[in-house]
Amino acid sequence: MKTYTAHIAVTLRRAILDVQGKAIEHALHSLHMPGLTNVRIGKHIELHVQAQDEESASSMIREACDKLLTNPVMEDYTFTLHEGVTA
Amino acid sequence: MNIGVVTFPGSNCDADARYASALTGNTVHALWHKDTSLPSSLDVIILPGGFSYGDYLRTGAIARFSTIMEEVVKFANGGGYVFGICNGFQILCESGLLPGALIRNENLSFVCKDVHLRIEKNDSPFTNVAQVGSVVRIPVAHGEGRFTAPAEVLASIEDNNQVLYRYSMPDGIITPEANPNGSLNNIAGITNIAGNVMGLMPHPERACEPLLGSSDGLHVFHSLAQQCKPKFA
Repeated sequence: MKTYTAHIAVTLRRAILDVQGKAIEHALHSLHMPGLTNVRIGKHIELHVQAQDEESASSMIREACDKLLTNPVMEDYTFTLHEGVTA
Repeated sequence: MNIGVVTFPGSNCDADARYASALTGNTVHALWHKDTSLPSSLDVIILPGGFSYGDYLRTGAIARFSTIMEEVVKFANGGGYVFGICNGFQILCESGLLPGALIRNENLSFVCKDVHLRIEKNDSPFTNVAQVGSVVRIPVAHGEGRFTAPAEVLASIEDNNQVLYRYSMPDGIITPEANPNGSLNNIAGITNIAGNVMGLMPHPERACEPLLGSSDGLHVFHSLAQQCKPKFA
């Protein structure tokens, strides 16, 4: 059994207006940073996974995201996985 | 009629829902999120407003996995009437009993005020004593009440006449100004396709007597009482 660390990024689906992202984009522009656009606000979830291998760790993460960590009606997610534990 | 009101950790409108239910002559049962069974006499279950589980992760996302929700889902699938108010609406969407989702208000503000709602249909257990097109004044109090759904889901909600209430002007006209949170199609309340499960962002239980500024919310409780009247009486 190995331990993996997963970093999961959750954002609103592209089709849904991200009003927090828009508000922050306006703030960036008022700070004279017009080159920064398309701000998306989301959540970062970090967790440890005990699994036989990377493939089964990935499938456990996908199940957790589909059942609880995200709502597919309004959110998309991506994740990265690496072996070991983040201090 | 027997109404059960569920209390989750963080519910804060459960007492109001019990009060409004009792005021309209119903027998009220206080239910707890850890309950593993329901009183057999129950006609209606109310999921009240509040901030169940602190709104952690997403509104309603954790309450949806409470022990009692298995029973609520069975009750709804068996044709029982389930009414989610505000956070209760969010829980119903998370549990899949209602389509769509409720997300951060468009203006990013918590909105707490009276709004006007146009009643879109009265062939519903929740509005059968009301007139179609009539307007009621009921308070909202939420930060995440913007109803959203993928385009094809929204189209099916409209095609199946699942919209029960829309935010409107006092004269019943639907305008962007009347929409307090940016909900698609000014949607304030919907039912499932079968019509026995309803979610509503505004709080009818907070508008149940003149002393509270409005008694317009009573129609929901009176409609349910009418619906549950013994047919042989």
